[in-house]
Amino acid sequence: MLEHYLSLAVKAIFVENMALAFFLGMCSFLAVSKKVDTASGLGAAVTFVLTVTTPLNALMYNYLLKEGALTWINPAWAGIDLSFVRFLAFIGSIAAVVQVVEMALDRYAPKLYSALGVFLPLIAVNCAILGASLFMVERDYTVGESTVFGLGSGIGFWLAIVALAAIREKMRYSNVPPALRGLGITFLVTGLMAIGFMAFAGIQL
Amino acid sequence: MRQYNNSYIIGFATAVCLVCSIVVSTSAVALRERQDRNKVLDRQTKVLVVAGLLEEGQKATAEQVEGLFNDNIRIRAVDLASGEYDDAVDVNTYDQRKAEKDPDMSRAAPPNNAGLTRVPDVALVYQKVEGDQVEMLILPVEGKGLWSTLYGFLALAPDTTTIDGITFYEHGETPGLGGGVAITVIKGAAGSAAEDPYHVDGLSGATLTARGVSHLVQFWLGKEGFGPYLEKFRAQQGSVS
Amino acid sequence: MNAKRKGALLDPMFNDNPIAIQVLGICSALAVTTKLETSVVMSIAVIAVVSLSNFTISLIRNLIPPSIRIIVQLTIIASLVIVTDQILQAFVYDISKQLSVFVGLIITNCIVMGRAEAFAMQNPPIDSFLDGIGNGLGYSLVLISVGFFRELIGAGKLFGYQVLPLVTDGGWYQPNGLFVLAPGAFFLIGAFIWLLRTWKPELQED
Repeated sequence: MLEHYLSLAVKAIFVENMALAFFLGMCSFLAVSKKVDTASGLGAAVTFVLTVTTPLNALMYNYLLKEGALTWINPAWAGIDLSFVRFLAFIGSIAAVVQVVEMALDRYAPKLYSALGVFLPLIAVNCAILGASLFMVERDYTVGESTVFGLGSGIGFWLAIVALAAIREKMRYSNVPPALRGLGITFLVTGLMAIGFMAFAGIQL
Repeated sequence: MRQYNNSYIIGFATAVCLVCSIVVSTSAVALRERQDRNKVLDRQTKVLVVAGLLEEGQKATAEQVEGLFNDNIRIRAVDLASGEYDDAVDVNTYDQRKAEKDPDMSRAAPPNNAGLTRVPDVALVYQKVEGDQVEMLILPVEGKGLWSTLYGFLALAPDTTTIDGITFYEHGETPGLGGGVAITVIKGAAGSAAEDPYHVDGLSGATLTARGVSHLVQFWLGKEGFGPYLEKFRAQQGSVS
Repeated sequence: MNAKRKGALLDPMFNDNPIAIQVLGICSALAVTTKLETSVVMSIAVIAVVSLSNFTISLIRNLIPPSIRIIVQLTIIASLVIVTDQILQAFVYDISKQLSVFVGLIITNCIVMGRAEAFAMQNPPIDSFLDGIGNGLGYSLVLISVGFFRELIGAGKLFGYQVLPLVTDGGWYQPNGLFVLAPGAFFLIGAFIWLLRTWKPELQED
């Protein structure tokens, strides 16, 4: 059992890295990766939101939305299939959790709050968060598996964004051709990082 | 700057929710039938491809697919443990994957290499028939690949020892590498029936996916899978009961 | 068409391309471009969603209370995406299976939200609709170019038809697997940006 969770986590962090293998969360990934501290702050926030929302959405999907989910309220409702509302429901819960995170950060870590600026509310529309919930539905994870998956995906994203920020900080002193500066070279570097992460594909625990 | 009082905010939010839900529900209900038909067609197409009646990637209309399917394929429900046909099950509505998860309709799997945790009590078998003669048995199979469960169809010749082909219609393997398992219908890939009939030669760059395929083939053709049914089928020498 | 509307429609093609300049909508640009077919379907879906959401949000822009602004926008966008997903599943089922989660991810596609906030909230409905189409087209331009090269170089095919005969089929072309995988997409977009900024030096950053 532990083996199963461990392999799920390793897969989520390295092999199926949210940012480098599935291209989720790219917008904030590219925009916030200029400095290591802000990148790390964003990574932490994304990890937290992922770990909370993925199991929450799993509960919501399994007990409210999918076909036959409502039988615990009334057995006659076994035929009801509300899964088509899942996009709205997931986004709603994600937005709510992000709002709470925002308020908590504002109160307990104001420096991080102002450093993240507009990107904090943007976590709500970060494809990685919604993407993790949608993958959870597609792969039919239990609540336990969802938590591990969310945590692993967050850590993977964190890892990728901090690595990219470190590289970009160093690249400020390199002689990049003018037309490639900034966004262009970032894409190329990210591509190379993606190749690097593909090396993990054969791991089996 | 206009000041918005609370009742306005709540009223507005309710109105937006109402309009959106009506739009969404209408489209879902109106299109539901088409979508269900698509799912059935998809399954039928996959079976036809394995049976060799349709080319992989060939475009066929819904009527053509349905026609080919109804003319050539019979679906039977089989009780896995005994190998007997179970005619009480409605083959058109039976959802094998759902049954697998339902504790009343499935049992825990014995220790196996295919990574299966549960096995359904009743499985569907597709028979390619010519008149009353069964020309090919198409068995739904599943098992763990590298990182996901592979779902596919295994086609057996009536002697039940020659694999005519195998195709996977659902998987989450590495796109481009193990993912190739879905693209290639491995026809006649089994070694000679005498030596090791249940061995997959390989899929380059995707060792573990190919190994998963070998394991799942061994499981489903063995005594915990369709073994008992295949024995009974062989005993009747391929005639339809 | 007056100058402003023309600008709304044409600027996002190159000068203000959502992917290459505004850095929006990257996720799906990388993920669904393994084949030209999926790129085209995704482009059409995004154009439809962005233009309709811009139009709808612009219609009610003066009625939305600021405190629930974001969630109202999200609700409208999500509903449009659900309808799009339903239509795809009903009419082009195989393609919808290949697009899988990425249709749902149009909701979080920064282009849709980004244009809603930046344009639709401040401009009249018709202009917003055109801006939506313009940005959708700019997005499609990148998607289709990337999809074209990825499918051609990665598999020798276009729209599923074998254009370059593969070595395995007795031809001469050895498919370059890198382009079908993640890194290939990154490199292609990097190259696109490089070309764009060399052509229009005013778009370069320092």
